[in-house]
Amino acid sequence: MDYSEKVMDHFANPRNCRKMEDANGVGTVGNPTCGDLMTIYIKVNDDEVIEDISFQTFGCGAAIATSSMITEIAVGKTVEEALKISRNDVAEELDGLPPIKMHCSNLAADGLQAAIENYKENNQ
Amino acid sequence: MYLDNSATTQVSEEVFEEMEPYFMEEFGNPSTLYKIGRESKKALNLARQRVADAINAKPDEIIFTSGGSESDNLAIKGIAFKFLNQGKHIITTEIEHPAVKDTLNFLESFDFKVTYLQVYENGIIKIEDLIEAITPETILITIMHGNNEIGTIQPIEEIGKIAREKGIIFHTDAVQTFGKIEVDVEKLNVDLLSLSSHKINGPKGVGAIYIKKGVRLVPLIHGGGQERGIRSGTENVPGIVGFGKACELAASQLDEHYEKLASIRDELIEKVLTTIPEAYLNGDEEKRLPNVVNFRFKAIEGESLILLLDAKGYQASTGSACSSNKLEASPVLTSLGLDPVDVHGSLRVSLAPESDEFDVDEFVATIQEAVARLREMSPLWNQELDYDGVMCSKHGDNCRMC
Ligand SMILES: Cc1ncc(COP(=O)(O)O)c(C=O)c1O
Ligand code: FES
Repeated sequence: MDYSEKVMDHFANPRNCRKMEDANGVGTVGNPTCGDLMTIYIKVNDDEVIEDISFQTFGCGAAIATSSMITEIAVGKTVEEALKISRNDVAEELDGLPPIKMHCSNLAADGLQAAIENYKENNQ
Repeated sequence: MYLDNSATTQVSEEVFEEMEPYFMEEFGNPSTLYKIGRESKKALNLARQRVADAINAKPDEIIFTSGGSESDNLAIKGIAFKFLNQGKHIITTEIEHPAVKDTLNFLESFDFKVTYLQVYENGIIKIEDLIEAITPETILITIMHGNNEIGTIQPIEEIGKIAREKGIIFHTDAVQTFGKIEVDVEKLNVDLLSLSSHKINGPKGVGAIYIKKGVRLVPLIHGGGQERGIRSGTENVPGIVGFGKACELAASQLDEHYEKLASIRDELIEKVLTTIPEAYLNGDEEKRLPNVVNFRFKAIEGESLILLLDAKGYQASTGSACSSNKLEASPVLTSLGLDPVDVHGSLRVSLAPESDEFDVDEFVATIQEAVARLREMSPLWNQELDYDGVMCSKHGDNCRMC
């Protein structure tokens, strides 16, 4: 696979890869084509800011790198800001993904959204 | 350490030296009558003799092609079009190489009927199934000898016997077995057999098909009538020369290489299965090539495993969907009845006889470390995950999206 250096870096040294026991939002999404799985954990504080975020991923190099990258993009953002992170943002921050791997970028953005939805449900 | 010898191999020194003169000095066209042409023709004949000797055939039963894929195409389309009027049924297995499988799919669009014999958990067909599948319409049986992904070996001799009794033409793709185990066309009872040069330390883009004397087929490539009209086109002389040399070397070292490879393979299997938790061997334990091993590890994905191993200097491959061009899990592994999620975690290691300096312990330790690392990242490892909760009915069984 022709991955950018950034992708390889995030794959080899993933940021925030752990299970979060005290998360108040958890989202798990999977990929219908290849069957990979990603869980995003968030801890949102009283000011609606994502104070902590982590992930666990079962998937390819790109899936791990996009998970890692989205945690870096989203941390410190408010929930509303985080919802605006698009699928392309993740790929762009990684200096691009091979075309066939773009769906992994979707997975990360979808995972974050799912975690935020879960947080909102928990706090209704 | 290169551990992907089922994908391709390095051209050996002896093969390269044998080929070298045929690029610049001996560049003649073998079909011409003057001296440099005759030299090329002589070289072709020698190569043909060597290939024939390596599989116990006669030289005039060997047709040179551009490789395994062309040989498979020629065998299947060549017979299908020759016997068009006698029947349109072909029998194969569900684990064939795409060169066979996609060729058959193509024929299906011309109203051919194809039966794909099931392989069981061990990756091998059952003879009963074959017997049951045969109809008066059956014109061809094409079943591979050794599988390129899992290394399992089909009972070709027995299949050949049945085909002969029933008067059905039998083709086998021996691309992976040739040079690894004995390939003797007489013992195997085959009519057609595909070979490829680059899997046995020969150059890429050259191969051969064995066509038993008396078997007729329609050519794929029409033209100047080379290769007895079965395969037109000016011959790839340097490639064929290299292939011939590679055959000679492979045949002369067969037993020695087998012993060496099989002992490394067995050590590798034993150590992986005993030191890594939730590690399994794919395909039959006994009936397998000496150089191909396919494992699967629970809860991890193969492409990331390959990347981690590569970073440690080991090149191997996987049947994970993520690493395929179509993002489809390997049909071979899937046909063993494995869950697609488990297919994701597959690792194929294919050894070369020259892997003398291969340190199995070190390699197993590297796999162990990589697997442990990926499992630490995986939401599927040691966790109660509501897996079904992320599946939907809209996208079918593979969907974990909604
Ligand atoms: C079983 C099998 N058949 C056919 C082929 C195709 O051979 P070639 O690459 O020479 O076309 C291969 C190799 O990829 C193979 O493993
Ligand atoms: S997770 Fe399967 S292709 Fe990326």
